[in-house]
Amino acid sequence: MIAGLFRFNGGVKPETHKNESADTPIRTAPLPARLLVPLRQSARTTARCIVEPGQKVLKGERIGEPDDALSTAVHAPTSGTVIGIELHTMAHASGLGTRCVIIEPDGEDRWIEPRPGDLSGAPREEQLAWLRDCGVVGLGGATFPSHIKVGRGTGIDTLVLNGAECEPWITCDDRLMRERADSILAGAVLLKSLVGAQRIVVGIEDNKPEAIAAMEQAAGALDADIRITAIPAIYPAGGEKQLIRVLTGIEIPHGKLGGDFGVQCFNVGTAHAVHRAIVHGEPLISRVVTLTGNVAEAGNVEALIGTPIADLLEQAGPREDTDRILLGGPMMGFEMPQGDVPLAKGSNCVIACSPALFPPPPPEMNCIRCGACARACPADLQPFELYWFSRAKNFGKAQEYHLFDCIECGCCAYVCPSHIRLVDYYRFSKSEIWARERDKAAADAARDRFEFRNERQEREKREKAERLAAKAAATKAKLAESAQAGSGDKGGDGEAKPAADDAKAALIAAALERAKQQKAQVQAKNTDNLSPAQAAQVDAAEARRNGATDAEAAPDTPKEAPEQN
Amino acid sequence: MLSSPFVRKPASVQQVMLTVLVALLPAVALYVWQFGPGIVANLLIASIAAVAGEAFVLWLRGKPVAIYVTDLSAVVTGWLIALTFPTIIPAWILVLATLLAIIAVKHLYGGLGQNPFNPAMAAFCLMIVAYPSAMSQWPPAGWTDLGTHLHLIFGGSLDAVTGATPLDALRTGLRGSATVHSVRTGEAFGLFGGRGWEWIGIGYVLGGLFMLWRRVITWHLPTAFLVAMAIIAALFWGYDPARFASPLFHLASGGTLLAAFFIVTDPVSGATTPRGKLIFATGVAVLAYLIRNFGAYPDGIAFAVLLMNVCVPLIDMKTQPPVFGHKGQ
Repeated sequence: MIAGLFRFNGGVKPETHKNESADTPIRTAPLPARLLVPLRQSARTTARCIVEPGQKVLKGERIGEPDDALSTAVHAPTSGTVIGIELHTMAHASGLGTRCVIIEPDGEDRWIEPRPGDLSGAPREEQLAWLRDCGVVGLGGATFPSHIKVGRGTGIDTLVLNGAECEPWITCDDRLMRERADSILAGAVLLKSLVGAQRIVVGIEDNKPEAIAAMEQAAGALDADIRITAIPAIYPAGGEKQLIRVLTGIEIPHGKLGGDFGVQCFNVGTAHAVHRAIVHGEPLISRVVTLTGNVAEAGNVEALIGTPIADLLEQAGPREDTDRILLGGPMMGFEMPQGDVPLAKGSNCVIACSPALFPPPPPEMNCIRCGACARACPADLQPFELYWFSRAKNFGKAQEYHLFDCIECGCCAYVCPSHIRLVDYYRFSKSEIWARERDKAAADAARDRFEFRNERQEREKREKAERLAAKAAATKAKLAESAQAGSGDKGGDGEAKPAADDAKAALIAAALERAKQQKAQVQAKNTDNLSPAQAAQVDAAEARRNGATDAEAAPDTPKEAPEQN
Repeated sequence: MLSSPFVRKPASVQQVMLTVLVALLPAVALYVWQFGPGIVANLLIASIAAVAGEAFVLWLRGKPVAIYVTDLSAVVTGWLIALTFPTIIPAWILVLATLLAIIAVKHLYGGLGQNPFNPAMAAFCLMIVAYPSAMSQWPPAGWTDLGTHLHLIFGGSLDAVTGATPLDALRTGLRGSATVHSVRTGEAFGLFGGRGWEWIGIGYVLGGLFMLWRRVITWHLPTAFLVAMAIIAALFWGYDPARFASPLFHLASGGTLLAAFFIVTDPVSGATTPRGKLIFATGVAVLAYLIRNFGAYPDGIAFAVLLMNVCVPLIDMKTQPPVFGHKGQ
């Protein structure tokens, strides 16, 4: 079955803590009192709101319209009333707000009618548009719009289905594979035909034997080239590029996409959503999320997008000493920002923390260059070198040592015996570099603007001068023309002008004469009563000055030309 | 607010250093067996001096003393110094060497992790240059009386008790007109290395294997060091066995095994990339061999290590492994 697996360097094996939540079936989370549906549901873009407060909406009704190439539609997760559209903290480490449509459910959970039928036979373009309109994005966490990822696919050979789920604590994909393997694989087959792949390879970490068995059984029932592959459970085997490496041997460099190498990778949850969208016409309005950690009853629930996380966690019964809540896994997740946040499409896990489960990190010690980080780095970086450069704010050097190939998986910080928060140093360096690039771009733009303005002013001046000159020339020509024309019938005008010129010249000559006289009067004053010696000095000075003036007046004569040896 | 990762492996610098100390224990035990318990006194003296010096400088630098002293890195330095110095060295030289290693070589460069030179080797070089005679007084094997050791350590003097190390004896013999063979029948020599030293060497190998198992060190440095030493010794030996000792002798004598597992493996002052480690260890081995045979000192490892320490930044820079997705570019 395993036709030779490849390996990536490093990786770590943190305690998995999967048993806490993996053994109970997926439950449906009850309707919360209010849903806060973020309009920002796909990577980088926000949908345009198309509902107003007070408006009634039905389950699956579109409330956000895709606004640009990267955006996808957003839907009402249940029927009810829109009671507001306001900024609310989103499920992101930044703690920034995003516009949310607040819906008060009416409890009827009534679907919008009519619901479209099976689109699996429709043309490709239609299916892609439908995926966008159903708001299908990558459910692995990055929430990249699926229709774009699928749409880019040309020359794809292999469709990789990511069921690795390598982060500790998270079991939502595991449960999904155990319970809905048929739907996942049906979605995978749809994706395969959409990207034009030849085969499907599913990678599942070997610590999920039940999921592997369920998927194998489902694959057996399908008439398609599907290979279910158990891969070694080493974090971060579920990283897209790591999984592709393990399954196909291809190393996709930073900045390149799987599609460039004939591989396209989708999370199992995404495949499930694709199936629901294309075959059942259902938009993506819910997802399976793991509730675990310091709780009485860990498990997985299928929750509506927009459910407040705190309401969700209540299902699992968080214990008294819960001090903070993590969204995502402990290796790459983030602490829930101040204030409650709603469930987003990329939220796969909610972990209640206690000081006992997640103790505060010990103080940072000095780096001893032991190289444990380099041995653990799945990107083959030298993390401690990046740390030294980041610490020294030597960002250029950090970039030279491939800072941007870092995937922030946290393996280096996990193994560091000096407890250095290595990933934070890389995040710092990256943000500094981005900030500088932004500054540079802004400065470049300002300079361009300035230069353009100067050029424009020059041009305007030039044009004005040209215009004036043209006008003057035109006037002259006109005058000359009229003079020419006039000379024919009025002979006297021809002599009048030279006469005026003569008068002007006489005036100028008179003025010059006056100036000369004034100068002569002023000059003589302090040399009236001089002794003969003084007179001689004045004469000498006068002579020198005249000599100098003569020399200047004759630039060809070299003045004390220095010897050029 | 903290950021990911929120979990970490229960590893610490203290554990790393403790592993190194534990790995040194077999050699220390064999040392006691062959040369008497004097070494334990030296280990204690060096440890105390190292910790005291470390605590003092940390206090001067305004660093949290308790956290850093308990990382045990100073104790490791102290032990390596004690193990590379003659057992009957006067205590004040040992203390001076340890303080210099900790204060000058380590902390003046910024403390743990920042020193470009191996502190123990720098201390050894300083002392062998400053006190050459005291540094070449080695007790002969089987000379195990603790009282005499302590007497000598704390400033006493005895006449004509010391012997030369095998490397020293070989060197002195060859300066005369003896051959390797005739020198090696002398009493400083055992089966294939120095008498007594062979056993301690086995202790270092055991400790080294323990550290490899615990993943404190990687195979690159010891392997490259021993292989390079064996190859260069074999070349000269093959050329003239009467003038150059066998590879086995060079591997088993002097600081070779200690250096292979405990000295060249110092991560702070050594190369860190896989290929860099191979180059670094090979360089140390070749230089050490050349100094042993053609230089002014009987054992050249300390000088070789310092010389190669200087090259580490260049070696590391030029041996960066290709990163994920950039292989074959």
